[in-house]
Amino acid sequence: MAGVIARRARRQRVFRWTVLSVLGVFFLLPFVAMVEFSTRDPQTWPLLVDWPRLSERYPALAEGIVASLSQAALTALLMLVLLVPTAVWVRLRLPRLRRLIEFLCLLPLTIPAIVLVVGLAPVYAWVTYFLGGSSLTLVFAYTILVLPYAYRAIDAGLSAIDVKTLAEAARSLGAGWGTVMIRVVLPNIRSAVLSAAFLTVALVLGEYTIASLLNRTNLQVAINFLGKSSATMSVAVSLTALLLAFVLLLMLSLIGGRRRRSATAIEAAVPVPTAHKEPAA
Amino acid sequence: MARRPRLRGATALLGTVPFFAYVTVFLVIPTLVVVIGAFAGDEGGFTLGNVEALGNGYVLDAFGRSTALSAMSAVIGAVLGALLAYALVTAKPDGLLRRTVTAAAGVLAQFGGVTLAFAFLATIGLSGFVTVWLRDTAGIDLYANGVWLFELPGLTLVYTYFQIPLMVIVFLPALDGIRPQWREATESLGGTTWHYWTRVAGPLLGPAFLGSTLLLFANSFSAYATAAALVSQGSPLVPLQIRGALTSEVLLGQQNVGKAMALGMVVVVSVVMALYTLLQTRTSRWLG
Repeated sequence: MAGVIARRARRQRVFRWTVLSVLGVFFLLPFVAMVEFSTRDPQTWPLLVDWPRLSERYPALAEGIVASLSQAALTALLMLVLLVPTAVWVRLRLPRLRRLIEFLCLLPLTIPAIVLVVGLAPVYAWVTYFLGGSSLTLVFAYTILVLPYAYRAIDAGLSAIDVKTLAEAARSLGAGWGTVMIRVVLPNIRSAVLSAAFLTVALVLGEYTIASLLNRTNLQVAINFLGKSSATMSVAVSLTALLLAFVLLLMLSLIGGRRRRSATAIEAAVPVPTAHKEPAA
Repeated sequence: MARRPRLRGATALLGTVPFFAYVTVFLVIPTLVVVIGAFAGDEGGFTLGNVEALGNGYVLDAFGRSTALSAMSAVIGAVLGALLAYALVTAKPDGLLRRTVTAAAGVLAQFGGVTLAFAFLATIGLSGFVTVWLRDTAGIDLYANGVWLFELPGLTLVYTYFQIPLMVIVFLPALDGIRPQWREATESLGGTTWHYWTRVAGPLLGPAFLGSTLLLFANSFSAYATAAALVSQGSPLVPLQIRGALTSEVLLGQQNVGKAMALGMVVVVSVVMALYTLLQTRTSRWLG
């Protein structure tokens, strides 16, 4: 029996390393290629880190970078302002609405972004009428786009603490609702809020569909545009944007991993509606 | 406490007004625009013309190609992703290997769009790293039979890049649900490895595998940015057809065909997701 188990363990080890090395090559190759491709012209990387020269040489790219960074920051802010108080409030006072809120928040996962754009076009005609055609107006659409991910992260955070008891304790000590939100609940779901914000930033930095079809600019639109004139530069910018998103999402999985063994943070990042698991309160 | 409960409920509702107002304007109304627009004529009024226009050859072709691309990339992604997930399960549960690969999978499953397209252009584009290397060292021309990168085979390859990691994430929990005792039980009853996989683990994992494959299908069916960045000429896929309908002045009487196609996409994705949920309930019976 022991021989069988040892033999199986060896077989599994061989299998494991075969699969890992073959797929590892497949997944690493594009990165190696991007490094090689973007260093063919030695001017590329020095130019990319020299902001004044970059914005002079490629104004559209510089504009896209600034637009994406502001969009990411504003979307994260709007998402938190909209979602955290609502999620807490519903848990405390309107538990029967929780299903509806969850349904609405997860709805964007079943509506492909390209479909959402079709419906958003008339809404954005009004947005343009009231607020102008600035790229920052995309923040409204992006907040909807990140809703499922942010909701899953924040909901997981709220499930891990006893919101009701915390709120009642604070209220009985004379705290107002504002104090309950900001000084009691928020510090307790700090890592969930951070997860939601990281996910939001990573998603917004990678968004292309809505920006390009609503004729606004962001990083991805600029990269795509640049690809037509300067392939090397566009690959270099792509690589930088990717590494940035990777760092963000890896930090996210570290936040998630520190608290519990299960990969809650990674589950929140899945771009599809996964099975609903009733979290243990 | 003096107020009546009903009134308290009403004031409590006020707290959710900002959220509902926002979601109504930017999510519910756009959804309704698509659904209603799909059945509205150019001058308003109910018509089935847009939905009937989906029967046109070019639209059917686009749906066919989108389905083929999604099915191929889902099956390839599911098989390779399941192998990778199994490789991870045989490793130490808390080991560095498993944690690194799951974290990387979480990141790569999100990786799509323009940057992914450019990554592959740098790799196997006409002057890409691998293309040039193969040509110079081995004398192999990747594109001897035409440039397939911008067509279905190329798109399938590129999509696989985010499908495999997604499969790892969604299939890993099911594999974790398999208990070693079941294998021991099979063995103590005289079963071989073959028996174990075909009679015990296979039937248990079957629904989970099928469900995950459906999830992958929906994922690539709704993907737009990667294809849009790679394919600049023609509109072989449904999302690209919708792009065409949005950006170009379409024929008179066809203004809402784009909405009908969008509705078609939602229907396909919803049906697939409903099947997935069904399979998921079956899975959770044993592998919860």
